[in-house]
Amino acid sequence: MATDIIIHDKKDNVGVVVIEKITPKQDCACWIMEDDSSTNIQSVDEIPLGHKIAMVDLKEGDTILKYGHDIGKVVKSIKKGEHVHVHNVKTKKW
Amino acid sequence: MEIPKSFLGYKRENGRAGTRNHVIILPVDDISNACAEAVANNIKGTIALPHSYGRLQFGADLELHFRTMIGTGCNPNVAAVIVIGIEPKWTKKIVDGIAKTGKPVEGFHIERTGDIGTTMKASKKAQEFVMWASEKQREECPLSDLWISVKCGESDTTSGLAANPTVGNLMDKLEPLGVHLCFGETSELTGAEQVCATRGATKEASDKFMKTWGSYNDFILKEATDDLSESQPTAGNIAGGLTTIEEKAFGNFQKIGNCKFIDVLEPAEEPTKGKGLYFMDTSSAAAECVTLQAAAGFNIHLFPTGQGNIVGNPIEPVVKLTANPLTVKGMGEHIDCDVSKILSREMNLSEAGDELIKTTLRVANGRLTCAEALGHREFVMTKLYRSA
Repeated sequence: MATDIIIHDKKDNVGVVVIEKITPKQDCACWIMEDDSSTNIQSVDEIPLGHKIAMVDLKEGDTILKYGHDIGKVVKSIKKGEHVHVHNVKTKKW
Repeated sequence: MEIPKSFLGYKRENGRAGTRNHVIILPVDDISNACAEAVANNIKGTIALPHSYGRLQFGADLELHFRTMIGTGCNPNVAAVIVIGIEPKWTKKIVDGIAKTGKPVEGFHIERTGDIGTTMKASKKAQEFVMWASEKQREECPLSDLWISVKCGESDTTSGLAANPTVGNLMDKLEPLGVHLCFGETSELTGAEQVCATRGATKEASDKFMKTWGSYNDFILKEATDDLSESQPTAGNIAGGLTTIEEKAFGNFQKIGNCKFIDVLEPAEEPTKGKGLYFMDTSSAAAECVTLQAAAGFNIHLFPTGQGNIVGNPIEPVVKLTANPLTVKGMGEHIDCDVSKILSREMNLSEAGDELIKTTLRVANGRLTCAEALGHREFVMTKLYRSA
């Protein structure tokens, strides 16, 4: 089955869209690179290639994990399947 | 894949080998650009390297200027050098630095002669050099004569997923064969700096890295007027899905594979601890970083891109790869190696690494890069602070 979303690490709470775009309510096939396992998620938003999808519900102040590491903080709550980007996540540096 | 043990390069007087055979016309300072460009226009097959600085610099900034100028002339991709400056003293300092390699180099200063007289004298010498260099033949050189620098640009999430790990896979395969490797982009490791520090081969290397990163970060915090969300990540990065500097940093860091760095270099500093991976303190701006790595003696560059950075360098061939299928489709003339099939899982990382090794060797043997064919010759000096 084709892969719609790639997740770097089992600990990650976001995945990356690897097809041209996913549309709302799409059932997406996810591949977790770290242990070569698979999972599924239903999207809420339209999300373009390279952009991130929330794999779980996230609330303000939560940490985004990608590559198994902290890549920033949630500044506006995010529902599972929603688009994760600059409108709801900010750097903890600078 | 069995990795070839050699490539066809130009053997130089000091024992290094070049992947290119350039004769360069190097201006010492901004006001000598016109003369250097006139010489390069007169004598076919030479390249002028115009830039914006070289007057009234002082201290560490002046030292970096000289290191970059001399290092560029010393790079084994350069067969011979004409140096042109306004004044004799700094011109001579650069000539003397390059002459240590044993390659042909001659300096000319413009004061008391003017552009026209200097252009004539320098053109005669440049003609002699380029005709001499044109007889140089490529010879079999061990793979360990490759000094490979890396830097990514216009990154997006496909860079961290696939293009950068492809470079990392190449590093893992070539490091045991004795090549020199170099990564940089100090500010773009922000967020991943602690993890990067653990990749020092010695405690000394790790400590030196943290000190270098800390100093760059302090400088950014001092000069920043906002959260840098307009600069790092760039608008291109954000369009490609990268949200924060931390995310960009962890993607960036994939380029070194599982290698450990043996030393931390100053900008444009030549590595002296032998084969292996080095970290260089550089800006994360593409042309600045590649110019510094070329000045340190690296003779071929690997440049993963997501959204499509188009940078080249006048003396160090820049091999571009991308995993973003939209970039391949929209601007394929800039991409030397397409690894976008990693995203559709039709290609694994090891296969992509092998493809990149093949492309790298073809370019080392003389195949033009996309950037060379398109005329990209970005030569950008790093300036540390204002001149006096």
